[in-house]
Amino acid sequence: MKWLIDLFSSTLGRKVLMALTGLFLILFLAVHLAGNLQLLKHDGGRAFNVYAEFMSTNPLIQVISKGNFFFILLHAGVSLGLTIRNRNARGGVGYAVISGKSSIWSSRNMGILGTVILVFIVIHLKDFWAQMHWGGIETVMYDGKEYRDLSKLVAYWFHVGWYVALYCFCMIAIGFHLWHGFISAFQTLGLNHPKYNPLIHFVGKAFAIVVPALFAWIPLAMYFNI
Amino acid sequence: MKITLKVWRQKSKDAKGEFKTYQHDHVSSDMSFLEMMDVLNTQLIKKGEEPIHFDHDCREGICGMCSMYINGQPHGPLQTTTCQLHMRTFKDGETITVEPWRAQAFPVIKDLVVDRSAFDRIQQAGGYVSVNTGGVPDANVIPIPKKIADEAFDAAACIGCGACVAACKNASAMLFVSAKVSQFALLPQGHAERKERVEKMVEQMDSEGFGSCTNTRACEAECPKAISVANIARMNREYFSAMVSSYEVKVGGGE
Ligand code: HEM
Ligand code: SF4
Ligand code: FES
Repeated sequence: MKWLIDLFSSTLGRKVLMALTGLFLILFLAVHLAGNLQLLKHDGGRAFNVYAEFMSTNPLIQVISKGNFFFILLHAGVSLGLTIRNRNARGGVGYAVISGKSSIWSSRNMGILGTVILVFIVIHLKDFWAQMHWGGIETVMYDGKEYRDLSKLVAYWFHVGWYVALYCFCMIAIGFHLWHGFISAFQTLGLNHPKYNPLIHFVGKAFAIVVPALFAWIPLAMYFNI
Repeated sequence: MKITLKVWRQKSKDAKGEFKTYQHDHVSSDMSFLEMMDVLNTQLIKKGEEPIHFDHDCREGICGMCSMYINGQPHGPLQTTTCQLHMRTFKDGETITVEPWRAQAFPVIKDLVVDRSAFDRIQQAGGYVSVNTGGVPDANVIPIPKKIADEAFDAAACIGCGACVAACKNASAMLFVSAKVSQFALLPQGHAERKERVEKMVEQMDSEGFGSCTNTRACEAECPKAISVANIARMNREYFSAMVSSYEVKVGGGE
């Protein structure tokens, strides 16, 4: 068992945890987006509510959701440990002059971007997830079955100006985090090969732009009644 | 050319250092950066001041000693060593800031000189091939494809200068260690000790207090020998497969 502890206490092993949890969260984002896009249907929120009801009651989804919470905490926890280690590795005196030419901005600011995302996740959970589970959320009837009306709650928040602005800002943070993170996760796992690198880079950059942009489009469309 | 130099001066390892500004009026654009420093030092000696200490040896870009962090980049603005950097790269009247490598694992000894023996200890932990005595084998008895030999050679081009550590925001030694792991992992001669090597070298790297890699790729951009971060991915693969499949490595002799 010692080897397992050695593996996951080494910097390389801890990076694997970052990469694996990061990739899981990327998958989660894709599924989450597919659900959210149903808010754009002009059906009084029915499709979205049916979907939300399924996601919050299906036993399998419940297990995955628990895992998701755990992975976010693991990702954030490991990154905190590594970021502190990396700060200390510079030593007592830092550089007086630093030229930022040799690396991209997002790669140097993953900790800050991640913190913005973490704060956003907490606000997001408080306003939607907690309301769905424990809040006195209104209900609607579709075909004689009762559903919690999450779409109404979403519509409420997505008509509050500062909330929409905050939401969009955080999507930009996720975009920058993934601009570096997606490709970085593959490199960390050792998946660097001239045959596949162009594909990884293309998909990574496309994902980092398209997914946060679509997420942000929903509150914008609702706010401006498009 | 006339330049202004802001140089880090520090008397000893534990002394508090500070920047000192020097006006340098006798600079030729054909001088290398080190020659420019030599001229400045001669002036300082004539004035009875302590010359600026800096590491150097070959002055032809192969020993890796000439560590100087110039204007926010290791070895200055070009992807080369300080000894191969010429003053024509700078503008007349420019202010140039010169700092030592900054890393917990590379303590400053004096002025611009840092202690890079952490790299030696990583090498000693496993960066070698054990050769048992016996008859000399024929040079061509082990077939190695040209492409593989080239790749191993590219990794072996690392001169251990530490610019990768200096450039990295995390002071991570991953590029150096991965080059040293790769040069053997790629070749049949290195296969026998492959797993043990990477395990020991990574363990030594971590215990020296280098940071972890966040794949910023600043190391690759600054490395005077153009070592690729593909080596870092290779070391990651080597390390994980070694850790999950090797026999438990016990460091030390048998009873
Ligand atoms: C909970 C808040 C988050 C924090 C504090 C955070 C922090 C970080 C940090 C500091 C890194 C760099 C770590 C390193 O390279 O050693 C990182 C990498 C990464 N993050 Fe996050 N992150 C968070 C959320 C997310 C989310 C929601 C996603 C996915 C959508 C994500 C995906 C990634 C990926 C793919 C990497 C690259 C892993 C690697 O370099 O191997 N992160 N994160
Ligand atoms: S990898 Fe490049 S920058 Fe790092 S020690 Fe080797 S030659 Fe120097
Ligand atoms: S003095 Fe040897 S590489 Fe510069």
